[in-house]
Amino acid sequence: MTTNEPVLSIRDVKKDYVMGEVVTHALRGVDFEVHEGEFIAIMGHSGSGKSTMLHILGFLDTPSSGQYFLDGIDTTKLSEDDLAEIRNKKLGFVFQAFNLLPRTSAIDNVRMPMIYAGVDEKIQFEKAEKALIAVGLSHRLKNHPNEMSGGEQQRVAIARALINNPRLILADEPTGNLDSKSTEEIMGIFDELHRKGHTIIMVTHEDNVADHAEKIVKMKDGMVFEKILSANHEHIAHNKPRT
Amino acid sequence: MNILLTISLALKSLLANKMRAFLTILGIIIGVAGIIMIVSVGNGAESLIVNQIKSVGSNLIGILPGGREEGEPPAAAFGIVITTLKSEDIKELKEIPHVTAVAGYTKSVIQVLYRNKKVESTVTGTFAEYPEVEDAKVANGRFFNDMDENSVSKVAVLGYKVKQDLFGDSNPVGENIKIQNETFKVIGFMEERGASGFSNNDTLVFIPLKTMQKIILGTNHISMGRVKVDDAANMDEAVYNVTRILRTRHNIDNPKDDDFTVASQEQGLAILTSVTGSIKIMLTAIAAIALIVGGIGIMNVMFIAVTERTREIGLRKALGAKRKDILKQFLVEAVSITALGGIIGILLGAGFSALIAIVIQYLGYKWDLIVTPDSIIIAAGVIVGIGIVFGYSPAKKASLLSPIDALRYE
Repeated sequence: MTTNEPVLSIRDVKKDYVMGEVVTHALRGVDFEVHEGEFIAIMGHSGSGKSTMLHILGFLDTPSSGQYFLDGIDTTKLSEDDLAEIRNKKLGFVFQAFNLLPRTSAIDNVRMPMIYAGVDEKIQFEKAEKALIAVGLSHRLKNHPNEMSGGEQQRVAIARALINNPRLILADEPTGNLDSKSTEEIMGIFDELHRKGHTIIMVTHEDNVADHAEKIVKMKDGMVFEKILSANHEHIAHNKPRT
Repeated sequence: MNILLTISLALKSLLANKMRAFLTILGIIIGVAGIIMIVSVGNGAESLIVNQIKSVGSNLIGILPGGREEGEPPAAAFGIVITTLKSEDIKELKEIPHVTAVAGYTKSVIQVLYRNKKVESTVTGTFAEYPEVEDAKVANGRFFNDMDENSVSKVAVLGYKVKQDLFGDSNPVGENIKIQNETFKVIGFMEERGASGFSNNDTLVFIPLKTMQKIILGTNHISMGRVKVDDAANMDEAVYNVTRILRTRHNIDNPKDDDFTVASQEQGLAILTSVTGSIKIMLTAIAAIALIVGGIGIMNVMFIAVTERTREIGLRKALGAKRKDILKQFLVEAVSITALGGIIGILLGAGFSALIAIVIQYLGYKWDLIVTPDSIIIAAGVIVGIGIVFGYSPAKKASLLSPIDALRYE
């Protein structure tokens, strides 16, 4: 599935946070590429810059310097509205805290990105229902987040992330708030997405979660210090079930 | 983003905190209900006054004691008692060309008794020409005449409703009634006229003016005079002559020293309308202040909502919401909240106006319930305006949040 042209590449990206007189160098110059169909886990201790990295990759935050190419386009000069459109059409986010809208049904949560994309309402409902059925929530369409378990909420979030058929799925500690059983279920869904050819970048600090990816990028002190293949990369590369 | 969904989301988040929602919209409810009520009551009062004046005929000249500044109502309108006007003043006006009848009045609200029944009535001392001046007709018996007046007779003519209350359907003529412990003989009762404006002629009891002054009140002034002119075309000339004669009688050289006020019905109407108009403007201003205070309440709550829902804003931005989407969402929310308050306010205002009308009608006055569409349209416009004006600043603040800062917000 991998092609020569990367889905995204960043060059010498730095990010500084200024808090009063103290300057924190969250990223000190990172080079990074992701090719189509790859499943990459970014690991590191807290403060390593892995979350900042994911936020910059997701256009939730802007780098202090450096370049970011998405599908070959330099995104550094794009306007806020252009970035909103990229987030809407090309990216799908899965967060640690699920980040579903409270008091809003599962189907309405999943519809949200399509609303901002201006999709016809009838199609919104059809696609949202299909997406929820695909993650095994056909019985939860009308339920509100507070009526669902953590695993179910995260599945709603995954359905939402996929709804506009994004180029890239960004997951920030997707299993951080889940028990081990739900973690296995959610990672099973990520494996499935990977097999279907989705490109996934996931931040985690758990080795067993990271092993679902084929590549692991380890970060420390705002830099990438190691890029390795995961324990399961061979099985994954050949679309075989994990051992 | 679908506007109906936005509104339903807005109302949902509003209802999530019912007490706060209620307090937020209370200011709007009070302001809007106030405006609707004030306009309605103002219109009702105006039509009441206009009806009142029209009902006594357009070719009447009114004379009130006390002078007045140009364009202002006479002092008597504020209940100030001035004793300079006498019944002889009015009687002399009969000599003016085109004047067909004159009447002086002095009134007092007194209990009238017949056996064990009693009614509260406006006892009116007036001239024998009263029926001619006011186009009133005696239903049975007769009105008192000049002889009754000159001899200070204790005779009374009942308004229709007083007669009904005291005597029912039986004939009161020849019966004795008591007014302030004095026995009066009923010599007739008037035809039913119905209420007109503030006064209801059916609740009056008429007695000769002299009798009223000497036996009931112990005064020698009158509170009002009316002069009937043969044709509306001769009004200006008659007003001029009335003024001239009264000045001569009161030895006044300078018009500024006038101790009386002469006004045709038309002038009186204009003055009273200007009074009710300015009262209406004042009350509307108070209601407008209530609305502004309500608007500030909305702004406050919207700022709280923006802070509370910072994460939601971050999430929406992460999912592709643009600045204008967020701006629109919070504006629609502010307008929805204000509109909800506005609708309740309009209903309450109309309801209270109807209640006021029912009560006043029950008291026997002819009160029109006037809730005009334009007052509702204006109120609705003002509500939406307040929602936008006071909702804009919080909405703008929300739209400018950076996605990651908003998502990280605890």
